[in-house]
Amino acid sequence: MWMYALRRLILTIPILLGVTIICFALVQIAPGDPITSLVRPDTPPEQIAMLRAYYGLDQPVVVQYFMWLWRVLQGNFGTSIANNAPVAAEVMRAFANTIVIALISVVLAFIVSLILGTIAALRQGGIVDRLVTALAVFGISVPTFWLAVVLVIFFAVNLNWLPATGMGSGGSDTFNYFDWNDFKFAVMPIIALALPPLAIMTRTTRASISEILNQDFIQTLRAKGLSEFAIITHAIRNIMPSAVAMLGLQLGYLIGGSVLVETVFTWPGTGALLNKAILTRDIPLLQGTILVLAGAFVLINLVVDLAQSLVDPRIKRT
Amino acid sequence: MTDIPAGSFPTDKTQAAPATKVRGYWGSVWNRLRYDYVTLFCLGLITVIVLLAVFAPWLSPMDPERSSMANRLRPIGHAKFTLGTDEQGRDMLSRLLWGGRVSLLMGIVPVIFATLIGGTFGIIAGYYGGKVNMVIMRTMDVFFAFPSVLLAVAIAGSLGGGIGNQMITLTVVLIPPICRVAETATAQVRSLDFVDAARASGASTYSILTNHVLINVLSPVLVYSSTLVSISIILASGLSFLGLGVSPPTADWGLMLSTLRQSIYVQPLVAALPGLCILVTSIAFNLVSDGLRQAMDVKA
Amino acid sequence: MTDVIETAPTSPDPRDRGGPAQPMLIVENIKKYFPIRAGLLNKKVAEVKAVDDISFYVLKGETLGIVGESGCGKSTLARLLMYLIEKDEGHLVLDGDPVGEKTGTSLDGLRRSLQMVFQDSYSSLNPRLPIEASIAYGPKVQGTREKAAKEQARALLEKVGLKAERFGQRYPHELSGGQKQRVNIARALALDPRLLILDEAVSALDKSVEAQVLNLLGDLKEQLNLTYIFISHDLHVVKYISDRVLVMYLGQVVEIGPVDDIYSNPMHPYTAALLACQLSMDPDERVESAPLAGDPPNPVNPPSGCRFHTRCPYVEDVCMSKMPSLGDTLRADPGEHLAACHMVHAGSGHSKAPNPDSRPLPLWQGETR
Ligand SMILES: Nc1ncnc2c1ncn2[C@@H]1O[C@H](COP(=O)(O)OP(=O)(O)O)[C@@H](O)[C@H]1O
Ligand code: SF4
Ligand SMILES: [Mg+2]
Repeated sequence: MWMYALRRLILTIPILLGVTIICFALVQIAPGDPITSLVRPDTPPEQIAMLRAYYGLDQPVVVQYFMWLWRVLQGNFGTSIANNAPVAAEVMRAFANTIVIALISVVLAFIVSLILGTIAALRQGGIVDRLVTALAVFGISVPTFWLAVVLVIFFAVNLNWLPATGMGSGGSDTFNYFDWNDFKFAVMPIIALALPPLAIMTRTTRASISEILNQDFIQTLRAKGLSEFAIITHAIRNIMPSAVAMLGLQLGYLIGGSVLVETVFTWPGTGALLNKAILTRDIPLLQGTILVLAGAFVLINLVVDLAQSLVDPRIKRT
Repeated sequence: MTDIPAGSFPTDKTQAAPATKVRGYWGSVWNRLRYDYVTLFCLGLITVIVLLAVFAPWLSPMDPERSSMANRLRPIGHAKFTLGTDEQGRDMLSRLLWGGRVSLLMGIVPVIFATLIGGTFGIIAGYYGGKVNMVIMRTMDVFFAFPSVLLAVAIAGSLGGGIGNQMITLTVVLIPPICRVAETATAQVRSLDFVDAARASGASTYSILTNHVLINVLSPVLVYSSTLVSISIILASGLSFLGLGVSPPTADWGLMLSTLRQSIYVQPLVAALPGLCILVTSIAFNLVSDGLRQAMDVKA
Repeated sequence: MTDVIETAPTSPDPRDRGGPAQPMLIVENIKKYFPIRAGLLNKKVAEVKAVDDISFYVLKGETLGIVGESGCGKSTLARLLMYLIEKDEGHLVLDGDPVGEKTGTSLDGLRRSLQMVFQDSYSSLNPRLPIEASIAYGPKVQGTREKAAKEQARALLEKVGLKAERFGQRYPHELSGGQKQRVNIARALALDPRLLILDEAVSALDKSVEAQVLNLLGDLKEQLNLTYIFISHDLHVVKYISDRVLVMYLGQVVEIGPVDDIYSNPMHPYTAALLACQLSMDPDERVESAPLAGDPPNPVNPPSGCRFHTRCPYVEDVCMSKMPSLGDTLRADPGEHLAACHMVHAGSGHSKAPNPDSRPLPLWQGETR
């Protein structure tokens, strides 16, 4: 077990390194020269050369990478071109907003999927079951940003129940998730984010519960007169480890999906930040945001794997 | 929108019991598909969508890029503009028809490229194993460290907008999962006795790959690739939505959705149309690839 | 099938180079250890001694049976002979020519002379190719033209008893086990080999089908002047088809000799136990307790001394410390019967070892038969 954990940890290091390489490469593949975009067009060439040397851009790419990596490890993600502020601070503030609604969404999706999936597995061919099947196809096929727009049309435009965009008057500094006046701004982003993972997790829950219910020992328990409730509890407990693993994975994907959803709702998270970076072609900001999000995804996967190996004694990985 | 699912492909190795009348593998696949009405319906739907897109220049009643300030945001069912007009008074029906071309192109072309590239790498990694495998697959692992939407946004964001960059981006995003599926399938085939028999007859690696490995790896890889078409369409529309696709006057479902967003208070139904097109197309492709996967699960 | 030497072909084969007395194949000290990797850095922590220093020869025209429990390294040995996996050590000499060395037979030459018939399974034939194409593939690879290769494939199908008209275009899943095995044989014959290695070639078949395929093998051998290495865990089949038998245990040869000697007079306790196990299936000869108890030990860390000592009823101290030698199988006469057991070797220190002066006569014969 500890061997597995250690091994898994060590294997994460090259992956993280790879992630930094890709993030570094983002600047390299971006068209245009980073310096000329920094300075005024009439800057004399010798001044540009000086700047170039100052930023280490006259070094070979490999050296540049390690210089950059060294700065990143110290928490220096560079300076945003648009507002000339440190990228790290800006990304972290946005990341907090993203991760909170992502967590709420994924937990919501998890609970609802357990309920729906179990009902569907128990009443196979029934109404819930069919709905779940349809929901699964829908959830996989629907573009989340369109779903977000449709939610806005329904709840903000037609029904006028919820605010369409933003984070309320106070912005993210005073935002209180336990105050409805603030929280209502988060409701639609959460629903839009939760639906696709909900669809997928419901389908998996349905499949694994029905698999367990079809096993011989369950039939034996039934024959012995164990109550249906006890059997269901047993089945749910059995699928927990894999369901939790699923939850972690979906959380990661959800962070990816949030890029578009946050744009629709102008929710000031990393998605909105990325959108801003794209519109202003602020490559350092883009790079920093991607790095943080991908790093988070890797770490979430790591935690999920470790948690799963703790929870599930059947996993004997060497 | 979901992420790219892990590959699953027929791995059943049991032998089919009765010999059917239909000869060969594709025959039996078709035999199964014939009775799968959902898949057939979606296949028909896709055919219609493709035809509409292909013949858009002849079918669309108006120039999709001609705006008219006088006719902005007409409702659906308007006498002249059947599906209304957008925020610049352009005919929605025409734009949707033309936009389908871009979406389909973005759904299919990157998948084809990614299948060629990722499949080749996967087959090489799976067949040679060892160090070659390690280098290829560990590289792919790094790409798996990104949720696909994020990777797409990262690459497209750096490269900038434009149809070519979008295609490159999607291809790069789709290569790793295809590579992984091809690698697994190849490693499986590679360990089978008939490959050893071919080696024992003195065949070159190239000949074995093309004559024995490829035909056995092809169907799982193609089935998997087909599931990526819908993902590619959604990713592409997402990128266009962020302004990382075609440049403005051109019609594209993702971009239309984005620009119509400002008009949801005026014409919510018109604003929802492009997304609906994406949804229907993507569902159709999803269901077809599902059906295909089931039909291809034929033991052979 | 009694006299080994007389099975040498009577009419000279044009492909023959070394003369009728030159063995078809000589295997010299061949070894294969599979590394086992584990731990943080996937370091090699142990090795499976799948084939551990095996030497033997096969005469022209004879059938050498190889028996042993599953996992003892039979298939690995077969694949080594076919150069399908790389050997760690050892040499092959094909009809007098060393294989893979500059002056000897090339790998391609080996491949034309040596072919293998795999066990019938879902994987022995390419599921996506019509069987005719599977058979024609080898000749095509070796430069035969498409059309001629097809012709040859059809002729071979007829030769193994399948109507080319009816079966040629079929796919493997449309054939029965016996039919597939015939196709496997036809494919192996397509390159006109001189030596066929049959690895569990009939093991998956029903008894009646098995008999048919064995008969076919007998006929083909005569017609085509073939030499067989016949690998099986089924002693009955090996007895039926072999001229000489080689018994393997945990990657080593423990006994080798003419088939009748081995079956009527097993010198190694392992062989005796195998025979007793097998014969006990026959109701008349059922013995009270199965003499071969338990599974073979893990080949990763084979027992010290005699590898059989953990299961041998005659184990003594010397067996645990000293590995018994088999003797020089390459110099031995084909009629000679060798066993790697201390009880056989005079002066080995085993209490049942024969007196240096008298002929060895194993004591346990009466117990097992
Ligand atoms: N490619 C391989 N890697 C590691 N171990 C192997 C490999 N092939 C075979 N072995 C091991 O070598 C031993 C002999 O296997 P095999 O030759 O297949 O035995 P048999 O054919 O007699 O049943 C077994 O313990 C098996 O697990
Ligand atoms: S050497 Fe000893 S242990 Fe090995 S077979 Fe002979 S008697 Fe048994
Ligand atoms: Mg074997």
